[in-house]
Amino acid sequence: MSTAGFSVVSVTAVVVVTLAVGAYGWRFSRTTSDFFVASRTVRPGLNASAIGGEYLSAASFLGVAGLVLAFGTEMLWYPVGWTAGYLVLLVLVAAPLRRSGAYTLPDFAESRLESRGVRRLSALLVVAIGWLYLMPQFQGAGLALASTTGTGPWLGGVLVATVVLVNVLFGGMRSITFVQAFQYWLKLTALLFPLLFMAAIWLGDGAVSPASVDVVDPARPGDSWVSPLAGGEHEVYTTYSIIIATFLGTMGLPHVVVRFYTNPDGAAARRTTLFVLALLGLFYLLPPVYGGLGRLYAPDLVATGRAESVVLELPSRMLAGTAGELLSALTTAGAFAAFLSTSSGLTVAVAGVISQDVMGRRFGGVRAFQAGAVVAVLVPLGLALVTEGVGVAQAVGLAFAFAASTLCPLLVLGIWWRRLTDLGAIAGMLVGGGCAGGAVLATLLGVGPEGWGGALLSQPAAWTVPLAFLTMVTASLATPRRVPPHAARTMVRLHTPESVQLDRGTPPR
Amino acid sequence: MSETARRVRVTSPRTSAARAQRVPPAREIDAQTRLGEVYMSSLVRSQLRLALLALTALAVFVGGIPLLFWLVPDLSDVEVLAVPLPWFLLAFAAYPFLLLVGWLYVRAAERNERAFTDVLDRS
Repeated sequence: MSTAGFSVVSVTAVVVVTLAVGAYGWRFSRTTSDFFVASRTVRPGLNASAIGGEYLSAASFLGVAGLVLAFGTEMLWYPVGWTAGYLVLLVLVAAPLRRSGAYTLPDFAESRLESRGVRRLSALLVVAIGWLYLMPQFQGAGLALASTTGTGPWLGGVLVATVVLVNVLFGGMRSITFVQAFQYWLKLTALLFPLLFMAAIWLGDGAVSPASVDVVDPARPGDSWVSPLAGGEHEVYTTYSIIIATFLGTMGLPHVVVRFYTNPDGAAARRTTLFVLALLGLFYLLPPVYGGLGRLYAPDLVATGRAESVVLELPSRMLAGTAGELLSALTTAGAFAAFLSTSSGLTVAVAGVISQDVMGRRFGGVRAFQAGAVVAVLVPLGLALVTEGVGVAQAVGLAFAFAASTLCPLLVLGIWWRRLTDLGAIAGMLVGGGCAGGAVLATLLGVGPEGWGGALLSQPAAWTVPLAFLTMVTASLATPRRVPPHAARTMVRLHTPESVQLDRGTPPR
Repeated sequence: MSETARRVRVTSPRTSAARAQRVPPAREIDAQTRLGEVYMSSLVRSQLRLALLALTALAVFVGGIPLLFWLVPDLSDVEVLAVPLPWFLLAFAAYPFLLLVGWLYVRAAERNERAFTDVLDRS
């Protein structure tokens, strides 16, 4: 069988297993509360695997290795930032968010600030961030299928979108912590197992350091490949902008926030997050090694602009014959697990918000949710087919910058600062979202200027995040009479341990 | 010493005077009194201080890396265990460090909450 044949088999297997488990879970969970009640019995280890499975997306599985291959050490800031984002989430948000009793971010915003307006705006932002994050998942799927089976670049995206949609429409995926947990370990195995063979070959070849070769690109000799700063003129600014976007953007991702309600209490939310931190650290040790080995064994991928497929192609290049093809098929299967788990989590989160906050009450609950799911998948799929030129990791980076400039200030100030007002929150989200959104659009459309302007637009977080915080604080201080009447009671709910008997006001719903 | 041994008869306790009543802190918090605010703000402040401490450690030890290499570019040539220093820091060393900060944070945050619970349960 050819490489393409093995890949088709492995992708089919992942898709079938996902659909089968989804259909199996359909019988168990008819309502949202089924899911949450079931989750209360989930141990932190399993819960953390599920969160990790959902969080590790196409950008982590394919993008990191490709970026490291093409650009070098500076791109390690992405995996470090995505992990550090969970640490920031742990110390600032995890326990209070669980204690708030909110399922979604708009729920949290409404109950904290006691305002419908804030709820609507944050719902719009959640949808926008979800779409921005779904788009590269579909793109990555197209890329993966194209590079292993030679189909058109759109097929993989359509395939993933269809599977996700079928699963979500029939209610399966979301309810099953086991699928997501399984997919974390599948992704880890799919990277680790081939790596053992490849490392043996690399040692046999004399263990040449990837930093010592500079054949990849004459403009980027080994010396610059090792530097932890982004190349180009504004390297310090760009690097810090990536750091701010990833460190602070994680907490604003829709599918991350939803997961916190599955913990029994605030203390368990913290422990689960710590567990996730360990699982992410373990996983992110692997993709950079693919990038480094790719520099030695598949340098031509950079010149042909296919660096992101290094994870998929490297095993069959380093190992001759069927063994290499089987291992390549394994990494392809892992990649599809990444697309499916992340897209499913995002689709459910976005569909929930669309059905609840955008479509209003005209439809019934389940109908509205299904209609929301269709919209949630089709829009980013269309975007993915239109904007093919944007790299997977770059698009994900923009989603993080946008989340960091809008929902991060809302969460952080909402949890820690009692004097936040609804007008302040709205002003901050509009300013941060407007600036970051404009920069994202300019980058996606490719109309950014050169020089400093281009650097500011392509990595906006370093100026939009402080601006959003500043606006939110200033506008709140200017409207002191609009401090929510029950702010003190809400703070009691957010911060006190559940074991203490206290009046915590009414949680959302 | 008959004077000191003289008995004093207590006729009645001063029932009409207000006795110092101990209000449980939980009720102070529920009633949102000034004292309740003090209990709450001491908890929130201690947790915030802890969070900021963890974030400072993150900002200095991880966020400081680009600045360090920008100021001292020659550090890129240093090798640790045959791996270039930047690669060693970002691909391997960063993750155990993040986990360590997270672990210390969780321990300290739970200690803060226990202290708060103790204060509320004691009375």
